[in-house]
Amino acid sequence: MAKITFIEADGKEHQVEAQEGQSVMQAAMDNLVPGIVAECGGFASCATCHGYVDEAWTTKLPAPDAAEEGMISCAYHVQPNSRLTCQLKVTPALDGLVVRLPVSQTSE
Amino acid sequence: MEERIVIVGAGQAGGELAAGLRKHGYKGRVLLLGDEAHPPYQRPPLSKGFLQGKVALSDLYLKPLATYERFEIELKTGTRVEAIHRSSREISLGDGSRLGYDKLVLATGGRARPLNLPGLEGARPENLFALRSISDVEAMRGRFVSGNRLVIIGGGYVGLEVAAVAVQLGLQVTLLEAAPRLLSRVTGPEVSSFIERLHRERGVQFRLACEVRGLELDEARRQVRGVSLAYQGVPELLEADLVLVGIGLTPNTELASAAGLAVDNGIVVDEYACTADPDILAVGDCANQPSAYTGGRIRLESVPNAIEHARVAVATLMGKREPYAAIPWFWSDQYGLKLQMVGLSTGYEQCVTRGSAEGKEFSAFYLKDRRVIAADVIGRPAEFMVAKRLVSSRVEVDATRLGDAAVPLNSFAA
Ligand SMILES: Cc1cc2nc3c(=O)[nH]c(=O)nc-3n(C[C@H](O)[C@H](O)[C@H](O)COP(=O)(O)OP(=O)(O)OC[C@H]3O[C@@H](n4cnc5c(N)ncnc54)[C@H](O)[C@@H]3O)c2cc1C
Ligand code: FES
Repeated sequence: MAKITFIEADGKEHQVEAQEGQSVMQAAMDNLVPGIVAECGGFASCATCHGYVDEAWTTKLPAPDAAEEGMISCAYHVQPNSRLTCQLKVTPALDGLVVRLPVSQTSE
Repeated sequence: MEERIVIVGAGQAGGELAAGLRKHGYKGRVLLLGDEAHPPYQRPPLSKGFLQGKVALSDLYLKPLATYERFEIELKTGTRVEAIHRSSREISLGDGSRLGYDKLVLATGGRARPLNLPGLEGARPENLFALRSISDVEAMRGRFVSGNRLVIIGGGYVGLEVAAVAVQLGLQVTLLEAAPRLLSRVTGPEVSSFIERLHRERGVQFRLACEVRGLELDEARRQVRGVSLAYQGVPELLEADLVLVGIGLTPNTELASAAGLAVDNGIVVDEYACTADPDILAVGDCANQPSAYTGGRIRLESVPNAIEHARVAVATLMGKREPYAAIPWFWSDQYGLKLQMVGLSTGYEQCVTRGSAEGKEFSAFYLKDRRVIAADVIGRPAEFMVAKRLVSSRVEVDATRLGDAAVPLNSFAA
């Protein structure tokens, strides 16, 4: 298990217990975190699970593959630490991970 | 008594709606009733990774059962709603009991459109399938073995995705389509022929512009032996070990029409997901709604629509009014290639392509009045993201420059 904190664009924090092996996106879904929409269900096709990974973790994560890279490169409100959370697998090393959510996913 | 929202249909839209109510702090009771044995799940992998055996059953579930408990969503699976009694604001269930509601949301989706063919009257052959649910996949999986002959009736996305999975599993696949090209209602000819080639190269056989005339059954009328058809005017009998029918969806509107609500290719709702009865809403595949994007009415069958429509209904139920505004989009996956489609190309005047339709990936942009109204993007996710913006911003584009691969697509986006 790993604790993950999601921070909505308006600053509201949600700390959740994520299960090893699931995606960071799924951990948000399981805990009804607003701000992650995940229209495609985790297949790197929609970029509505976009999040900014706090700096301390960017190097601990595997680099994005070509599909993720492509989706992120032209997503809304991209930053250097932008990732598709559905492509990030939860491991014990991610305990304490902080993911900030872009303003474009908070319209819900 | 505590206020009660009852949702009929525990699919993509119903599940999203129940979760959305809790996300927005709704304090009353939320009941989510579904006739399937499963909690809300994703259907897209049914014709893709799940059929192929690459996605596990538990990974289809949108949320684990524990989530519904924790957030006090009263999920009742295996529960069919039989009727709505509007005057007493009650519904009746399959077991004869009644349940009261303050607000009722119909999220009943649809069912596979059945084939009406001579030879089929009264018969329910064991090897004739449709694909809508987990149980449909479970029923056909045993026959998805190498060497079996599969005939697919219908060249839409579901039929094509199943064809892709099946040839990869070693089945002999023939796909029959009444129109002269694949996906004819949703894409331009450039994309149709690209997809046809993609499949042909891997061994899928096609009979386009073909007329299916009937099914040959065995004597016990329990098995389909073959499909008879006319292709280029010549009658033909295709032998089959299994047949899949993928000819579209019939929306589940019977509950609504029996209750006197308007139905016209779906349950008629306004831009806030409301029917004419202020206490009854409808969302997702079963609903026919006004579309700001087309200016007309529309019934969409996609996950993004189910999610957006549920969002609109949550706002309505929470006393806010936020009309549906999203642009339709859809994706497919065939042979590991990503197909992403945005907008509706109906009525386009010009198709501009980037990249070569003879290659492995390309994009097709559909223009009307110098604006991109839709795009099909194959294997180029970054271009899809830009296409989405072009379609929603409605900016004017220069078709020649749009088709010039040397001009970065990003430079067109507003
Ligand atoms: C094989 C397949 C592949 C697909 N691929 C894609 C894709 O790649 N991308 C995409 O965007 N979309 C895809 N779709 C479409 C997408 O899955 C649907 O648009 C979406 O599921 C619609 O959600 P919904 O909640 O409206 O309906 P559903 O998910 O169908 O849910 C409706 C539920 O209501 C239940 N129900 C109906 N009547 C009653 C009743 N009287 N009482 C109780 N329960 C009832 C039904 O059994 C069902 O469980 C695919 C669909 C299929 C079948
Ligand atoms: S859920 Fe669609 S890209 Fe991550």
